[in-house]
Amino acid sequence: MPGVSRSRRNRAHGASLVSKTAIGFAVLVIAGVIAPMLGIYPTFLMKCWCLALFACAFNLLLGYTGLLSFGHAAFFGAAGYITGHAIKMWGCSFEIGILAGTAFAAVLGWAFGVVAIRRAGIYFAMITLALAQMIYFVWLQMPFTGGEDGLQGVPRGTLFGVIDLSDNMNLYYVVFAIFLCGFFLIYRTINSPFGQVLKAIRENEPRAISLGYDVDKYKLVAFVLSAALSGLAGATKTVVFQLASLTDAHWHTSGEVVLMTLLGGLGTVFGPVVGAFVIVGLQNQLADKVGSWVQVIMGLIFVVCVLAFRRGIVGELLAFARKTGIVKA
Amino acid sequence: MFELLGITPQALYGQLLIGLINGSFYAVLSLGLAVIFGLLNIINFAHGAQYMMGAFIAWLGLTQVGPWIGDPEFHLNYWAALVIAPLLVGAFGMIIERTMLARLYRLDHLYGLLLTFGIALIIEGLFRYAYGVSGQQYELPEVFQGAFDLGFMHLPKYRAWVICASLTVCFATWYVIERTKLGSYLRAGTENPRLTQAFGVNVPLMITLTYGFGVALAAFAGVLAAPIFTVSPLMGADLIIVVFAVVVIGGMGSILGSIITGLGLGLIQGLTKVFYPEASAVVIFVIMVIVLLVRPAGLFGREK
Repeated sequence: MPGVSRSRRNRAHGASLVSKTAIGFAVLVIAGVIAPMLGIYPTFLMKCWCLALFACAFNLLLGYTGLLSFGHAAFFGAAGYITGHAIKMWGCSFEIGILAGTAFAAVLGWAFGVVAIRRAGIYFAMITLALAQMIYFVWLQMPFTGGEDGLQGVPRGTLFGVIDLSDNMNLYYVVFAIFLCGFFLIYRTINSPFGQVLKAIRENEPRAISLGYDVDKYKLVAFVLSAALSGLAGATKTVVFQLASLTDAHWHTSGEVVLMTLLGGLGTVFGPVVGAFVIVGLQNQLADKVGSWVQVIMGLIFVVCVLAFRRGIVGELLAFARKTGIVKA
Repeated sequence: MFELLGITPQALYGQLLIGLINGSFYAVLSLGLAVIFGLLNIINFAHGAQYMMGAFIAWLGLTQVGPWIGDPEFHLNYWAALVIAPLLVGAFGMIIERTMLARLYRLDHLYGLLLTFGIALIIEGLFRYAYGVSGQQYELPEVFQGAFDLGFMHLPKYRAWVICASLTVCFATWYVIERTKLGSYLRAGTENPRLTQAFGVNVPLMITLTYGFGVALAAFAGVLAAPIFTVSPLMGADLIIVVFAVVVIGGMGSILGSIITGLGLGLIQGLTKVFYPEASAVVIFVIMVIVLLVRPAGLFGREK
């Protein structure tokens, strides 16, 4: 009977998906745990994890809801400033500082969302970009951000008053744990009924509306969640580098997160992580050697990705695996 | 009244003039974006970079081309640049359209935005590599030195020329699109490309030429801007974001709408500089938010 065979196939499909993702998770956790022991510079790794979380949060919006925000640096940068200020000036602890930054990013995300969701597609991208630029000018003029110099000398403090975070290795595992929490939250969101509605909106918005879903509300919740997690990433990065700067709020950063997601694979769970590591690694390697060519190279990667490589690294690997039958389609 | 507010009329007129100049640039750039968007359905993120290229071609022509061709006396003067820069940048745009953008029309329009963003990064990066981030000065042509005395204020000749030239170009574009046969093809192509093609109009060629024209407008604005602002690789990037906001405020439905919105917002920005200078960088974005809350389609836009 066709019905039975289909349900069996679905179960097999589901099983293969779960195992595949489980393997991915295991590889990720093991890699994250042993990476600093292999002699890779922990600060570099921490930067990678922060940007990976940022890219995953961005992917929730672009990859799973189909909304291209060109202003995500606003949340990344804003949370950095708030966390830095809370820890440095108000003497907040590490946890409270990070939470304050994340909460601020969520509120900012709500404000952006309410305005930007009124338009779709290209307009949505332009509006988010313009809003982020407005916030950028606000930071530039506010006295507490230190303008061009940034907010420097943010103390790292301790976790729950016990673990000393000025030690790089301690901080590394805390940052990795934060990344895993954020990553898992995104994964759960994608695979929840809520996530299914988001995908429905991405695939066919009019149909989602006709099925009775309040599309704007779903978009807004996704936007706020994405903004909050971007904020979490930015807040963590501020503690790592003990610095909140205008660079993090600049539109270049918004572009970079798009590039990481695109290069890794839009709408794949692990793609943004891969993309973030490749881009941060490239920048790290190239900055000393080629100077201002970095921007040209980033632009070239953008162009190549859009023209010939739209599935991204993980997307291509998955497609290859399906073709050769390693993973069932 | 002015004395009451502690503002001299000179300062007010001066800022209004600067606002009008900025407004002319907004108008020309947003007009180019709107024309491209109408037919290609993409937002040209490289518009700012192409504007910068126009300014650089003018500067290179005046100061560098002579030594390159071994004749230090040779200068490409302002008027020549005003013609050559748009042609060169327009041709460059058409090559980009044919080789890259044309492959993306069947995909989600967001890919066009991402592609042109990448192109903008490449162009800016190359110019930064070659000329650094510090600006270059473009010497004002002799004809334009000095100012008209209007009685209540001094109007520098060049600024008057910029406003006249950009308004002329804007209205010429409006006339061509709204009142000529060529423009009617263009409007038909915007409305329904397939049907237009079925009537024997070469739509792909029209798309290429339209992109070239929109880009040439940006380069034209760049040459106009060269003597006023410093010529630097970063001059287009921040401007284009403001122009995006202008486009959102106006809506891309109407040509005249883009022109009026551009000029109006320039003036409002100038006024803000007089009365509340801290807000002058963000005023256009604030207006964008208000317009989106009140009239999401934009002042002159049509809800699609």
